[in-house]
Amino acid sequence: MEKKLDGNAAEGMLQVTFPFDMTLVEATCAGCGATNAIGGTTAYMHGMGTVVRCQSCDTVLIRMAQVKGRYFLDLRGIRVLEIGAES
Amino acid sequence: MSEGFFSRGFRGRRKPSDTSGRLPPGQYLERGFPVLSAGPTPHTQLSAWDFSIVGEVDQPKRWNWDEFRALPRETVTKDIHCVTKWSKLDTHWEGVSLDTLLAQVTYDASYVIAFSDGGYSTNLPLEEVLNGQAWVVDTYEGQPLSPQHGGPARLLVPHLYFWKSAKWVRGLRLVDQDEPGFWESLGYNNHGDPWKEERYWGD
Repeated sequence: MEKKLDGNAAEGMLQVTFPFDMTLVEATCAGCGATNAIGGTTAYMHGMGTVVRCQSCDTVLIRMAQVKGRYFLDLRGIRVLEIGAES
Repeated sequence: MSEGFFSRGFRGRRKPSDTSGRLPPGQYLERGFPVLSAGPTPHTQLSAWDFSIVGEVDQPKRWNWDEFRALPRETVTKDIHCVTKWSKLDTHWEGVSLDTLLAQVTYDASYVIAFSDGGYSTNLPLEEVLNGQAWVVDTYEGQPLSPQHGGPARLLVPHLYFWKSAKWVRGLRLVDQDEPGFWESLGYNNHGDPWKEERYWGD
C-alpha cells in the first residue's frame, strides 16, 4: 500500500516556500476543476520529493523537491490558487 | 523527512563503507526494499496490460501480457542504487531485454522516454538501454513483481540511479530530442550515474 498523507503534511512543506498561511489556500485542479483546500488534497512524500494530488481525480497539483539548498516547485497542475487576504 | 513515510520494508541500518567496492559514493547497504511512490499504486489487470514502443518508429509495436511473457526471457542479478542513498546488492530479476524488444521495431531515434501507469516518466539515451543494459522485468526474487514495487512490470536500468527504472512501465516513446522526465525536470540529474554521483542538476 502506498504511503499517502493528507494535505496538512504538504502544507508544512509548502509553508517553507510560500509567504502566506497555507491553511487559507484553495487550489483549483487543472485536470477536473475541483477546488479544495490544500489540506484536503493527498500528499505523497518521500526522500526524493513531495507530490500533491487532487483528491477528486489524482491529477498532480504540485511537485516539489529540495535539491542542494534550493526548492524546485511545479504548480502546473493548479489552474487557480486562491489565497486568503488575511494571514 | 520522517521515517514513517517509508514502508515497513525499510529496516536497514547504515553500515560502514563496503570494502568490496560495490557501493557507489555516498551509498549505504540496505537489507530491506524501500518503497518510494509519488502517487497511488496502480493495479493494472494483466488482461488490460500491454507494452508499446511508439514515437520515431516505422510502425508502433505492442505486446499484450501473453505475448510479452512468450518473448525470450533473461534472468539477471544486479546491484541497484537509489538516489536517496540506499543500495541493494545481488537483486534477482526476470524479464525481457530491451535489446529483444527494440529488435522488433525499425526506428531512428537517440532517446527513449519510458512512460508508466499513473503518469510517471523518465528519459534515457537510447545507447544506454541497449547492449544488455536494460530490461522490462516482471519477476523479483522468483516471485511475480508486486504492485508496490512496480508490478506487473517495471523497467530495470541498474547502471543508473533507480528512479530511471520506471515502475508500472507501459512503454517506450522513441524521440530525437531529449525530454526530461518526472524527476529530471524537478532538480534531479538528467543522466543519473551513481558512480559519478550524478544525483542532481549540475552534478
